[in-house]
Amino acid sequence: MDVKDIIKPENMVYGKTKLLTDNILHYCPGCSHGVVHKLIAEVIDEMGIQDKTIGISPVGCAVFAYNYIDIDWEEAAHGRAPALATATKRLNPDKYVFTYQGDGDLASIGTAEIMHACNRGENIVVIFINNAIYGMTGGQMAPTTLLGMKTATTPYGRRADLNGYPLKITELIAQLEGTCYVTRQSVETAPAVRKAKKAIRKAFENSMMKKGTSFVEIVSTCNSGWKIPPVKANKWMEENMFPFYPLGDMKDR
Amino acid sequence: MAFKGAIVVDNEKCKGCGVCVANCPTGTLALAKHVNSRGYNYAYMAEPDKCIGCTNCATVCPDDVITVYKVKI
Amino acid sequence: MGDKVLMKGNEALAYGAIDCGADGYFGYPITPQSEVMETLMKEMPWETTGMVVLQAESETASINMVYGGACTGKKCMTSTSSPGISLMCEGLSYLAGAELPCVVVDVVRGGPGLGTIQPGQGDYFQMVKGGGHGDYHTVVLSPASVQDMYDFVGLGFKLAFKYLTPCIILGDGVIGQMMEKVQLRDKTPRWTEEEIKKISPWACTGKKGRKRNVITSLALDPSVMEETNLRLQARYRKMEKEDVMFENYKTEDADYLFVAYGCMSRIGETAVDMAREKGIKVGLLRPITLFPFPTAEIDRLVPQLKSIMSIELSSGQMVEDVRLAVNGRVPVGFYGRMGGSVPSPEEILNALMNFIK
Repeated sequence: MDVKDIIKPENMVYGKTKLLTDNILHYCPGCSHGVVHKLIAEVIDEMGIQDKTIGISPVGCAVFAYNYIDIDWEEAAHGRAPALATATKRLNPDKYVFTYQGDGDLASIGTAEIMHACNRGENIVVIFINNAIYGMTGGQMAPTTLLGMKTATTPYGRRADLNGYPLKITELIAQLEGTCYVTRQSVETAPAVRKAKKAIRKAFENSMMKKGTSFVEIVSTCNSGWKIPPVKANKWMEENMFPFYPLGDMKDR
Repeated sequence: MAFKGAIVVDNEKCKGCGVCVANCPTGTLALAKHVNSRGYNYAYMAEPDKCIGCTNCATVCPDDVITVYKVKI
Repeated sequence: MGDKVLMKGNEALAYGAIDCGADGYFGYPITPQSEVMETLMKEMPWETTGMVVLQAESETASINMVYGGACTGKKCMTSTSSPGISLMCEGLSYLAGAELPCVVVDVVRGGPGLGTIQPGQGDYFQMVKGGGHGDYHTVVLSPASVQDMYDFVGLGFKLAFKYLTPCIILGDGVIGQMMEKVQLRDKTPRWTEEEIKKISPWACTGKKGRKRNVITSLALDPSVMEETNLRLQARYRKMEKEDVMFENYKTEDADYLFVAYGCMSRIGETAVDMAREKGIKVGLLRPITLFPFPTAEIDRLVPQLKSIMSIELSSGQMVEDVRLAVNGRVPVGFYGRMGGSVPSPEEILNALMNFIK
């Protein structure tokens, strides 16, 4: 059968969701951000909640998330997205409110805001991209950087005696009474992407059930920051990140 | 039941990261020798006969540049 | 018109917020303004008007909650005192840059650092000149009575939404803690969702039948960022034309003028009366808006004056704006106390006598 006979609208089984704008993503080739953006857009589209969703973008690579997903957006100061989300949701309980934050934003400068929003059990969704590095500023050490990992500010590798230990913030979040769903996912393979999408969908559904905060970590790559090409970076993530940041649900109630 | 698939890549938007190639279970995909206007070796069906329309390539594509078509044969 | 009620300045802020139809208050306890949130929690306005009240984990979180609420077109406010305002300055800069309306109360105490819990006016520079990073101003209102504390919340929201800017109520520990009778106003209902969409079409109310609304203070393109700056500056010039507020006390025939705001204007008025008993014609100008500053009114008064003295609970901050307005035409003196000390009227009068002799 000729390719031309297959490529017909009625045969389409996967295409870009209309919730994603036509803007070309500014992310580096192979960056996990793009996949996660797509999943959020697909979930919002499939749930039919475009007019009821407010996203809150962070400071970091995802600061421009508002250029890509066609919903209303608030752009927060560095680390403060959970505070914005708190008020946005409390004042607009009929809206689906989510923050989209990187590890520098969420686990370093914004530690207080995320802890307390989760501990209050705000009915919001938190999407946490953990690539163990500061991408936007040029690959500096993040709180989540693994021991031994080389970054711009740990050029000889992260040392516990100099730089402290990588922070398993999602494990801390799971301890908080206010969270109802805490999970760690990844998006480097098709099955992983499908699982991550289910997790994101569940998190969005939870936020209307008054069950508390849903927290979805996505262990991600930063090819430019890690200085590893995309496919190898996925491999590196599987071999080095997953043992320290094991995938799976930590809490689901 | 067997399926036959085909994909369309938005060449201009593709950044040639190769994640789709790595995730293709049938070895259909490869990165082109040519580059697009932004200098990226975009993905394409090097062996179109092998495509089964599984959507793995599009699913993992960070730039959402792949559309997948599938028919029963 | 409602009742006349005896209350503290800080309590008046709380009732002012409920009665003017505020949607949200987010705060963190700090002396001398903790009664604002305490009063709101006691009143439980979420049961009546639907107003949300939340104790945040920090001033940083409070101001960012205000930011999040303001993004959705709601009337949101916070209150704090000086050390808390320092923490909020990050958020204030973002609010100003994102062109978001809100009300922020600073019940000023003596500083610097942890300072003292006694009254001060040392935050003038910080609030009137911007506070956070970047080129911006906010509307700054200066209450001098408990009635002002009550009324300025509603006024603050009015100006904040007119100019799409934070409005600061720059109080002080005296006005926050003292008790006076307050004339309550008719209650203004909170805006409905439909009203919000009309009043603030830019707000994040959910994308439906329009382009998506994005609230941000970021623009990497310098030409776009300069446009934002020019728009802000144009608003500040408009404020200077349309919304300068001040009060004159016995200035018609004055030879000498005190300039004072907040609690110092009250002490100053007593000093004016004492001077007049001695036959010295003194008047007082009380700026109600510290930004926009009543430069034109000082300009108008200068020709009749022999000298001007700014009296403040600081080392001399507002006096700089007075000097700019006077522009060297008459001598400008200053008298101030710091670190939580408040001068007596006699002390102020003596300072004036020493200055003019």
